[in-house]
Amino acid sequence: MTSLDDFKKTYFEECGELLDQLYAGLADIAEGRGDNETLHAVFRAVHSIKGGGGAFGFARLVSFAHAFETLLDMMRDGRIGATPEVAALLVRATDTLSDLIDAARTGQERPPGFEAELVQALQAAAGGDTPAPRHDQAPAEANEPAGTTRYCIRFAPHPDLFQRANDPLLLIRALKRLGPVAVEPDLARLPDLSAIDPEQAYLAWTIHLATASPRTAVEEVFEFAADDCDLSIALEPDADTGAAAARAESAVTGKANPAAQPTPGRTSEAAGEQPHSIRVDVEKVDRVVNLVGELVISQAALAQFGQSLPPDLCPALLNGLETLSQHLRELQESVMAIRAQPVKSVFSRMPRLVRELASQLGKEVRLVVTGEATEIDKTVIEQLADPLTHLLRNALDHGIESPELREANGKPRQGTVHLGAEQRSGRILIEIADDGQGIDRPKLLARARQRGLVAKDAVPTEEEIDNLVFAPGLSTATNVSQVSGRGVGMDVVKRNMQALGGRIIIESRSGTGSRFILSLPLTLAILDGMTVAVGQQTYIVPITNIVESLRPRRADIHSVVGRGDVLAIRGEYVPLLYLHCAFGVADAETDPCRGIIVIVEGEGRRRIGLVVDELLGQQQVVVKSLEANYDSVDGIGGATILGNGRVALILDVSGLSANDALAVASRAEPPPPPPPHVLQ
Amino acid sequence: MQSALSQSAAIAGLAAARAAGGTEQTAQFITFTIGAQEYGIDIMVVREIKGWAETTPIPKAPQHMRGVINLRGVIVPIFDLRARFGMGLTEASRMHVVIIVDAGTRTVGLLVDAVSDIISVEPAAVRPVPDLDLAAEDNLLQGLVPLEDRMVTLVSLDGLFRSSAALEAATAAAAAAANLAA
Repeated sequence: MTSLDDFKKTYFEECGELLDQLYAGLADIAEGRGDNETLHAVFRAVHSIKGGGGAFGFARLVSFAHAFETLLDMMRDGRIGATPEVAALLVRATDTLSDLIDAARTGQERPPGFEAELVQALQAAAGGDTPAPRHDQAPAEANEPAGTTRYCIRFAPHPDLFQRANDPLLLIRALKRLGPVAVEPDLARLPDLSAIDPEQAYLAWTIHLATASPRTAVEEVFEFAADDCDLSIALEPDADTGAAAARAESAVTGKANPAAQPTPGRTSEAAGEQPHSIRVDVEKVDRVVNLVGELVISQAALAQFGQSLPPDLCPALLNGLETLSQHLRELQESVMAIRAQPVKSVFSRMPRLVRELASQLGKEVRLVVTGEATEIDKTVIEQLADPLTHLLRNALDHGIESPELREANGKPRQGTVHLGAEQRSGRILIEIADDGQGIDRPKLLARARQRGLVAKDAVPTEEEIDNLVFAPGLSTATNVSQVSGRGVGMDVVKRNMQALGGRIIIESRSGTGSRFILSLPLTLAILDGMTVAVGQQTYIVPITNIVESLRPRRADIHSVVGRGDVLAIRGEYVPLLYLHCAFGVADAETDPCRGIIVIVEGEGRRRIGLVVDELLGQQQVVVKSLEANYDSVDGIGGATILGNGRVALILDVSGLSANDALAVASRAEPPPPPPPHVLQ
Repeated sequence: MQSALSQSAAIAGLAAARAAGGTEQTAQFITFTIGAQEYGIDIMVVREIKGWAETTPIPKAPQHMRGVINLRGVIVPIFDLRARFGMGLTEASRMHVVIIVDAGTRTVGLLVDAVSDIISVEPAAVRPVPDLDLAAEDNLLQGLVPLEDRMVTLVSLDGLFRSSAALEAATAAAAAAANLAA
């Protein structure tokens, strides 16, 4: 990857953050909470997007951002008020800006004229009460006389120009794009070779430019460097324009920036923002997280050892161990907090989605977002966008009724969707609630029966019916719309949640709405596990997969020819998987009635009963990769290190379910446990 | 045979170039024993040597894969070289030794009987492995080094840890070739 690609990547990352800020600021403005500072922040965001875009030559993006910025600038000056119409326009402009950024990133250009209408709207809004077009804001085709003008530009960078990420060469090249240039370097400040600091700018230039572009275009080239150089732009004395002599005096010095440049308030603030955050590679943080995980393991081993000592032998040592464990807990929390990010970064994308969907569906919907500041592991956040999108689509399409129907049912025309996040005892709960019609259980059940997902005579509980929402290919939508109805989305939600070790709870009341609650672990690096013993081996079963565990009655174990053993439980037959057979462990309990059956549920809600010797206890484990130094193994999700330093394997329940056949095959090999009373 | 010779010479040369402080052409090898045989492995890939400790077996692994250990927080698989060479499983005890090596991007452990020596080898001293009827297993070995009263077999890590898929493919190809010849 070239360094330019690196810069682009960083730029687009920043664009994402800036867009989030933009949406957040605009939401404040729309709700009347915005003050001048909000407006400044919004302006800065657009301005930064424009600036970076200019450096990479994204012309469409830049010209659109320019129009956007012009309107914002006038609002900032108080010449245009933040009326609801203007606020709505700004939000639409941000949507388009986001689209243009996407286009620039993917290289898939939007059709010509995609943004034209909005540019006009922005210009109209800005132009409405503009006293006079200020040259620094005028679009490129502005008011300077056509024909070639000759400028003499004196460009003397301050010594620290390079530190501000400016490059004179790029600036001069940019000028060259405006017309032919002749450059005379000024070496007066260049010290002796031995005294040169390569990171300082010593050279100055006099640039003669002949261009048909207006003066603003020339000024724009230096827009981002103007603070870091002494700049004067004058017409050439011998210029053939009549106005030359008059204009020559109106040199713009470095301080008299175009108005788009920082106001004093902004510069001081920008400088003040810097030390508050640093950009760190996630990998570096992960290494620290791993190391802390190791510390926790060593500490656990030490503590175990300490407990075996007589308490009066060395009280100072035991006290020390106690303090150590407290500090470690704090350290672990702090490190996890570094990886954590506010859910805002994904929540902030949702208002746009809801807005667009609502207008597409002809519904009136208000999105209420709460708990955006709740922090959650970065990797979890990245996996959240898809499920949230699908759940919101579902809420809008299936939940919220049309305005007419709502009125007829005595509800306000405008439906409300609530998107909230909160932390509760080591897990994050994310809630998507709507005040729509709720899940249509009879219809859902009928559809499921039709498709053979539920037996004709089975009577599922309400909870079980609700969970059918996640069955792939099942939808109660009568028509497949562009929005949803193919029955794919919710299936994705379920799968994403499982991959994250999360659970979904559905609460639905007919006529008053439904609530989907996603319960997620705070981090993926640590997992809640049940430690089980099989022979001499210890395995970890992720708690999120466990439905229940029990010691069966012999009468409940049945042998099905060719399919191995099944456990009869509450009228359901759960296939059994003898872990010692599947994993080839010697000296394990072969009789399920003397061991324990752990019923687990993997992908696709398939349940299997794992036969293990005994449950050893529940504990948090640090997840380690097995693939780093070995191959991936079906049925094994990773490994962890126990307090005694030994490695224990973490089961991947979905991988095990897929291997039922294998389990059956190996089940046949050892002599099966005598089932004497099966037919009692 | 010609190509095998030049290949081993190239590998030995490469190792020598990497060996800091060694003379220009010589490479250093750590030698270890399995049974009565003495083997050598490039010293530059050896990270550490430690005593055998109980491993956690991995399900569905080949027989020579003895399981994984915790090496200061990293999960490291241990391979039984005796079994890999088709001489049966090692009855591992505390006296046995695990050599931790860097095999490409991975860190793995080799279970051997004992570590014996460090030898410096001139590339010219490396003899090609005689062409035995072990088509698929040929690439496990890099060459033979005759010393005064003994012989050290240089082990090729690349050959040991090529993915099993590649190994199977090679075996299948060899079998096909054999069929063709017959």
